[in-house]
Amino acid sequence: MSDISELTITALRFGFLLLLWILIFSIVSTMRRDLVIGRKAAMGTPTARELRKHPELAPAPPQPVKQQAHQLVVVEGPLKGTTVPLAASPILLGRAQEATLVLEDDYASGRHARLFPQGSRWFIEDLGSTNGTYLADQQLTRALPVELGVPVRIGKTVIELRA
Amino acid sequence: MIPAIATPMPRRNVELVLLVLALAVGIGASAMVGLNSASAFDRDFWFQSSLLVVAAFAFHMILRFRAKYADPIMLPIVVALNGLGLAFIHRMDQPGEDTGNNQLRWTLLAMAVAIVVVWFLKDHRLLRRFTFISLAASAFLLVLPLVPGISAGEVLGASVWVRLGPMTFQPGEIAKITLAIFFAGYLSSNRDLILLAGRKIGPMQLPRFKDLGPMITAWLVSIGILVFQRDLGTSVLFFGLFIVIIYVATSRISWVVIGAALILGGGFLASRFFSHVAFRLDSWWNAFTPEVFDRSPGGSGQIVQGLFGMANGGLGGTGLGQGRPDLVPFANSDMIVALIGEELGLIGLFAVVMLYMLLFTRGFRAALGARDAFGKLLACGLSFAIALQCFVVIGGVTRLIPLTGLTTPFLAAGGSSLLANWIIVGLLLTISNTARGPVDTTPITHAPTEAVQTS
Repeated sequence: MSDISELTITALRFGFLLLLWILIFSIVSTMRRDLVIGRKAAMGTPTARELRKHPELAPAPPQPVKQQAHQLVVVEGPLKGTTVPLAASPILLGRAQEATLVLEDDYASGRHARLFPQGSRWFIEDLGSTNGTYLADQQLTRALPVELGVPVRIGKTVIELRA
Repeated sequence: MIPAIATPMPRRNVELVLLVLALAVGIGASAMVGLNSASAFDRDFWFQSSLLVVAAFAFHMILRFRAKYADPIMLPIVVALNGLGLAFIHRMDQPGEDTGNNQLRWTLLAMAVAIVVVWFLKDHRLLRRFTFISLAASAFLLVLPLVPGISAGEVLGASVWVRLGPMTFQPGEIAKITLAIFFAGYLSSNRDLILLAGRKIGPMQLPRFKDLGPMITAWLVSIGILVFQRDLGTSVLFFGLFIVIIYVATSRISWVVIGAALILGGGFLASRFFSHVAFRLDSWWNAFTPEVFDRSPGGSGQIVQGLFGMANGGLGGTGLGQGRPDLVPFANSDMIVALIGEELGLIGLFAVVMLYMLLFTRGFRAALGARDAFGKLLACGLSFAIALQCFVVIGGVTRLIPLTGLTTPFLAAGGSSLLANWIIVGLLLTISNTARGPVDTTPITHAPTEAVQTS
């Protein structure tokens, strides 16, 4: 096959480089989907079954005007009844002494989760805890907005945002 | 209720398409080599290509059955890299040499082992039970090359090989995986202790010695043995792995600062006490001095010839099979990156670096998605090990850092490294399978739950 012309060889050479980069660009374009973060997450209220079991979880009737969260309430767990006022600074939840709300909960990690304001909403983010953080029974895999009255479960502790 | 996360998608068909492209790259490279050399499309070419295709599709089918949600991008990337490596190694074979087919045998074995990992390891959390066994296994593997009888003696200044019958093997490559399992397992259960217990000195919080004991032991064992085996590259790799996992586990930047200081200090001490390290540093810094170039052992001829080769390749390369890699010692193992730079040019070399980077980001994506600390740390550690290896090798070949003896993952000739890296890919695929799969939302609390299934 040594009679192939110089031109063909050159064309094939650059064709091969092109093929390499086609592979890379196809990989990158399939990765694009993973980079989408801002998909609208419609976090619902507790399910009907949950409401039956825990009537206290029932949120206030839907507000026509979006209300700002002003306090964080522990509704279940060892610290039940504790409230923390929400200012503009993020709140660290966990067993560590440096946490804003120090949870005395064997199932919570040292730096378990972080609650932070962005825009007019508060977001919860799991800090790589061992047992996970659950927002209305969904385990968090990334930061998600917390609506008023939606339970956030950390170990045995359940917290809620209130107006 | 609308789920908070996007519904899991297996995306195996995407993988199939990418896999076909990847195989086209690997086989295309072999074909180019064939076109440019006398032996166009000989038996070896068809044999090699068909085996690679069969193995890649077998792996793909196993993923379909066993790990439906595994990352769809890792396998094509690795197949492309491995295929390129096979083509380049085959291209370097002198008549009578059989490195290419040997590499193919190791590729098939490594893929088979990776398939076994994916098949039998449904859940990576199982490995957490072997935390301390992994530490023992690492120590055992690292001591092996020093045991008389099975040691293959000192090869090229480092004694890291063992001889098993007709084969030689580098147990340190496997130790990299067992060490990662140990670090991840130990830190995922003890990171709170390391973070919180202990005295604060200034802005730095020092962990209690008790909590760090096993980590320090692991580190001392690996570094100590590698000092005896005189393998600088692997010791840098282990140390980097150690620092990264502990940094990821505790998110304290101070670990990175301490680690960098220890590496610089250790490098300085090593260059004073070990002649081979001093030679390496000298041939990096004064590479173009004629005395250093010609010195033997420890001359810079290899690096400089590699640089000349890459310069010869320029932007678009000389074309596969048309460079002069025979001028570079170890062009099919340590210096394969220089060979790629020469024959595929800057454009091709960047494509290869890009493939490594994408593989690394996929590993980290699996770590981000993993829902348990152990999986996160393990995926981080393993993918970082690949990335660090690439950095050390490519940095060494391009004279950014001193050249150390590490292998280029998936590309370089060498069975043990190929086997270890395919096992890493198997583990990353398993972790990504649990990370991307449907979330298990069973509450973990001991509160009364209603486990009612009506169907």
